[in-house]
Amino acid sequence: MRRGRFTGYWLMLPAALWLGVFFVIPFYSLLATSLYDPEGSVLTGYDVTWHVANFADALREHADELWRSLWYAGVATVICAVLGYVLAYAIAFKAGRWRNVMLVLVIAPFFTSFLVRTLSWKLILADDGFVVDFLQTLHLMGEDDRLLATPVAVIAGLVYNFLPFMVLPLYASLEKIDVRLIEAAGDLYASPARGFWKVTLPLSMPGLVAGTLLTFIPSAGDYINAQLLGSTNQRMVGNVIQDLFTNTGDYATAGALSVTLMVIIVAMVVLYIRKAGTEELL
Amino acid sequence: MSLAADRTDTTARPAEGPRDLRLAALTKEFATFTAVRSLDLTVPAGTFFALLGPSGCGKTTTLRMVAGLETPTSGTIHLGDRDITWEKPYRRPVNTVFQNYALFPHLDIHENVAFGLRRRGVKDVDQQVQEMLELVELESQARKKPPQMSGGQQQRVALARALINRPEVLLLDEPLGALDLKLRRSMQIEIKRIQEEVGLTFVHVTHDQEEAMTMADTIAVMNGGVIEQMGSPTELYENPQTTFVANFLGQSNLIAGTVASAEGDVVRVDMHGTQVSIPVDRAHTRTGAGWVGIRPEKVLVAPAGEPIDAPGNHMTGGVVTDVSFVGVSTQYLVRMPWGQELMAFEQNTGRRKILRHGAEVDVSWRPEFAFLLPADQDVRAGAFEED
Repeated sequence: MRRGRFTGYWLMLPAALWLGVFFVIPFYSLLATSLYDPEGSVLTGYDVTWHVANFADALREHADELWRSLWYAGVATVICAVLGYVLAYAIAFKAGRWRNVMLVLVIAPFFTSFLVRTLSWKLILADDGFVVDFLQTLHLMGEDDRLLATPVAVIAGLVYNFLPFMVLPLYASLEKIDVRLIEAAGDLYASPARGFWKVTLPLSMPGLVAGTLLTFIPSAGDYINAQLLGSTNQRMVGNVIQDLFTNTGDYATAGALSVTLMVIIVAMVVLYIRKAGTEELL
Repeated sequence: MSLAADRTDTTARPAEGPRDLRLAALTKEFATFTAVRSLDLTVPAGTFFALLGPSGCGKTTTLRMVAGLETPTSGTIHLGDRDITWEKPYRRPVNTVFQNYALFPHLDIHENVAFGLRRRGVKDVDQQVQEMLELVELESQARKKPPQMSGGQQQRVALARALINRPEVLLLDEPLGALDLKLRRSMQIEIKRIQEEVGLTFVHVTHDQEEAMTMADTIAVMNGGVIEQMGSPTELYENPQTTFVANFLGQSNLIAGTVASAEGDVVRVDMHGTQVSIPVDRAHTRTGAGWVGIRPEKVLVAPAGEPIDAPGNHMTGGVVTDVSFVGVSTQYLVRMPWGQELMAFEQNTGRRKILRHGAEVDVSWRPEFAFLLPADQDVRAGAFEED
């Protein structure tokens, strides 16, 4: 059968349509929003006026929250990576017949709503909750110190909520490692620590990179944790965007802020993947 | 592949010189079975030693205990005077060529080979790696990653990666199992040559009796966690002490008989009405019933009534029931009057026409080739356990 000149393009059509409907159109809509006339309102309507100054305004007014989002998300991701690596390693290599049970337990929190889980952290970290009581008894916290409405609470919430996204890809890549490679490292004079550093860790890099992305990206855009566990001093960019969209009706600034966050994250991801040497993920 | 004489001196040998590897009462029990039972074994320094046996016989477990990858339940492992039974694997002067090679997929060939040296903080690693890659003829592939290489090349990388450390004992765990037959044959000769050139102790685990015989100075045949017999390939083949060795190492005709007399240096056995004689050093029982063993290529066949060129045990009344022509030889099955079919391999020298199916034949062998095994051993042990 002779192949038409356009066969390749026809075959791409389903994927292209999918991308068009689910990516290009929403993205165009967001981009257009970011270029609205800032004077628009729900009553007067909104027009695309190519008002690029929206970006400068958004950055000037909300740089703090933007910076704080990246900072909190970064800290949460590092903590998730450490905790998640230990957990994934234990499940992959040490759990034996408990492996499946442990995997189910990792996923189990998803059976409850994100909101409910975060609210229960509010109870756990509450001023009269047992955690604060306990820490105060040990004099690790003063009488008037709180956990709620602090960066600790927000970051703890982020770590808790996004940990499974770290564990699962890490587990997937650790589980694939042939134990004989670790044995071979030991046979070739590598102590367990050196063997981990030189063999296990490099081989689990794809999982670690995927896990950090899946943790960092949603954390940076999250607003539930800051809203429920933090105060106005812990506002993240997600809170600002949500506020601008739903309360103030300032679509232009909200859109500009969203696009800015997206650009920053994409740039960071590209840099990170280059640095980690896992370009095949891109 | 060749190792130039001047290259041998570039890497220092262990200061103490090569030492014997000694296993004493070594035992490994797993939850549900005993893999190795009280094994005693001495591998002389600088020899090529093979542990041969069917899968599950405990040979790999033994190897892993020497490497330190498995802890013995009891018993000891010594290198010379040094007790290494409980030594960490990364502190033992022992390296392994793993089954399926276990090359590090994220490192290139050069770094794979350099791995052991780098962990020990050796100087001019690159120089040594290059020399080692020349030895295995892979110097042009140094920057490739393992998955880009063929099985044979990966095998040589695995060998180079272990050998570069100049271990006192090099362990090879079924190293050629994944290669095709022709490549396997040429690698057997290469590995044997490298062993002779570097002069290290090699312990080779395999289930392939031909491979063990081609490469090893000494073979220990393992079965069910114990060593059945140990010796040079010729000793094992020519004078097996158990039915398992007789069947697993090559093939054997085992014929039921009863010892009639044991005097001087000859044991006489009554075998279905024929008296055969067996030298006393090849008779592993002296009384009662036993198995008379004879290798198929030692069995001579001739048309009934024709003289056979063997002044030995002569039996009449055989009928050829199967003829397989395999080029260099012809393999006959001859049904004897007592119903048993004997195997007889004959070189195709062209001296005589190939016998036909149904031909009536006489059978004979020289007494010095026969051996006698105790009757309580399983006549079929080891017969069908090869791959």
